[in-house]
Amino acid sequence: MTKNIMIVGVGGQGTLLTSRVIGKAALSLGYDVKISEVHGMAQRGGSVVTFVRFGEQVSEPVVEEGQADVIIAFERLEALRYAHFLKKDGVLVVNDCRIDPMTVVIGAREYPEQILEGLAKDHKVYSIDAQKIALELGNSKVLNSVVLGFAAGFIGFDEKTWLETVETTVPAKTIEINKSAFTRGYNNK
Amino acid sequence: MANKQIMLGNEAIARGAYEAGVKLSSAYPGTPSTEISEYLAKYEEVYTEWAPNEKVAAEVAIGASISGARSLACMKHVGLNVAADPLYTFAYTGVSGGSVIVVADDPGLASSQNEQDTRMIARAAHVPVLEPSDSQEAKDFVKLGYEISEEYDTPVILRTTTKLAHSQSAVTLEARVEVADKEYTRNAQKYVMMPANAIGRHRVVEDRENRLARDARTLSVNRMEIADTAIGFITCGIAYQYVKEVFPNASVLKLGLVNPISKELIADFCEKVKTVYVFEELEPVIEEQVRAWGFDVKGKEIFTKQGEYSANMLKCAILGADDAVFEKQDAPARPPILCPGCPHRSVFSVLNKLKIHASGDIGCYTLGAVAPLGVIDTTICMGASISALHGMEKARGKDYIKNWVAVIGDSTFLHTGVNSLINMVYNRSTATVMILDNRTTGMTGHQEHAATGKTLKGEETYAIDLAELCRAIGVPNVVEISAFDVVGLEKLVRESVASDTLTVIITKAPCVLLKGQKFPNLCKVDPEACKKCGACMKIGCPAMTRGADGKVKIDATMCNGCGLCTSYCKFNAIQTMER
Repeated sequence: MTKNIMIVGVGGQGTLLTSRVIGKAALSLGYDVKISEVHGMAQRGGSVVTFVRFGEQVSEPVVEEGQADVIIAFERLEALRYAHFLKKDGVLVVNDCRIDPMTVVIGAREYPEQILEGLAKDHKVYSIDAQKIALELGNSKVLNSVVLGFAAGFIGFDEKTWLETVETTVPAKTIEINKSAFTRGYNNK
Repeated sequence: MANKQIMLGNEAIARGAYEAGVKLSSAYPGTPSTEISEYLAKYEEVYTEWAPNEKVAAEVAIGASISGARSLACMKHVGLNVAADPLYTFAYTGVSGGSVIVVADDPGLASSQNEQDTRMIARAAHVPVLEPSDSQEAKDFVKLGYEISEEYDTPVILRTTTKLAHSQSAVTLEARVEVADKEYTRNAQKYVMMPANAIGRHRVVEDRENRLARDARTLSVNRMEIADTAIGFITCGIAYQYVKEVFPNASVLKLGLVNPISKELIADFCEKVKTVYVFEELEPVIEEQVRAWGFDVKGKEIFTKQGEYSANMLKCAILGADDAVFEKQDAPARPPILCPGCPHRSVFSVLNKLKIHASGDIGCYTLGAVAPLGVIDTTICMGASISALHGMEKARGKDYIKNWVAVIGDSTFLHTGVNSLINMVYNRSTATVMILDNRTTGMTGHQEHAATGKTLKGEETYAIDLAELCRAIGVPNVVEISAFDVVGLEKLVRESVASDTLTVIITKAPCVLLKGQKFPNLCKVDPEACKKCGACMKIGCPAMTRGADGKVKIDATMCNGCGLCTSYCKFNAIQTMER
């Protein structure tokens, strides 16, 4: 059975690295894996989405509406934007933070209130303040490893596989802090 | 190195070129093709370079081929328009060392100005096209491309699309094969394309294409998967994956070589299968040929010529329903924006204040078209900002462009903008051209170019001085200024648009995302002093928001400390402070 993961967020939040760790971990366990990324103009502070699919044999590289087992949202509004990609019993993991899009900054739209409460009516929603944990660890950039650790429990694989994959994927200088960040997220139930 | 790796389509293409013994690659960056060159540059055995544009890149690859070495050129779909001139004649001369041109199409317009289909150009130029469906095929097809190129004496196009280029899947690595350079012997009939010789080569082109079309029947990459014969698909590229996802039991004719096509192969398939669909993204290139041969197929009347395909789209078109369970929620749009600290924002804030129209170009600065800055009026293609403004002046008179400028990036200026500027000098323009010099090719992810002083391989090289270049071609007034000097820039733009002297203003400040370009300070709002007037919000910086009390707040994690906002606060409520 193919597992469909989506990672959504705002360009610059490090969603690409997250999808690569998930894909690599799945490959190391012998699954067929496909990852789809977004490059170019869309990356510049825009809404970005990457996909990871793994299973016995995977054909298409993207996850579509009604197919996602897990959506990892790095921002609340992005969780709202993509929640309809979830399967009936899909899980929505949200980094509880707000980044105003330009449509809100210039006053053309309002940032929706109570996003997570609204989404919880239809979906299983789990949230974490990863920014706070990352800052406690001394580097706001490891936010993505905190979020990944938090989401890892919903994706599967054992902790050892995850940590080994983080170690071989992140830049050498940041291995320890990223592993700590992952563990903090992983243990945050 | 592990034998099996997960690789981006573009990385796999680079690996394929490496394994095929390619000696030279030339390219101009363009999403979704850019990473091919960046990955290939890591292999010491392969000479790789950034060329100023795709025409140059293709010609460099042609020269390497004529000299007997295997060569590669890479570009995005619109880059092939720039390289079309050499391509059409390269088809006539053919090759000595094998030559592959990778062209990356962008259905869905993730980062492009149109959705053109490279297969149409390839058909017109009579160049064979291979199209892979995943990373493994991307690598394998590059290698096959060199075999076809040398066997049939033709350049070969490897066509990819955004999803293929930017998806990762498993690839089995193999060793590089060193290919001996071919001996050079002068052959004017083949390589000097003057009429008498080209007449003869045109015949060769037609014969070659017919031969390849015949051989395509048994080519291994054209694969017939006969299963349920009630329904079948003729498909290629990433679209094949959607077919397998939705109809795993259907019969499939998967074309790896999408130009030319074997009529016999199509006939075989259509005979075996009852209802045949042609499922191909963008133009009905395969479908039109199949229909022209008299086969009854379904295609674009139920599928679209627009955007990217998907499994859900295929499911809807044929089965009438997709997998969606939940309704799409209404969420405020989040379009891409200029980064906090981007020097383009500073320049555009001045143009916005002066109510100047900008003839725009291709790059991050195209984002100056959207609210709240809204200063870019036109975007056509690489270099068009300068030539289009010239057209306005010559059609409507010099007073017509007194509130217009052209804006173009440093890399785009060197790509084709310089030609347009030569035209302005020659034809007595009075225009104002602004070169937004951020020392990089920004939009595609920070590639070096001829004015940065570094090559693709990271070697030091001569950095072309843009101001000296403009002076050398005869621009009478060339001024350099910091992009963040809004007071000086405002005065300069005011004066130059009013004057009848052709002026080039080079605004200088490195892209804020380049290594080591972080400003030392952060911008902070003094809430006591903020009068909620909103003047600072007009620059459209994503680090700035309004609090519930209406006062402006700056997000310290997003602010890059450029200080532009401080220039627009009349009440000195925003200060730059140490981090």
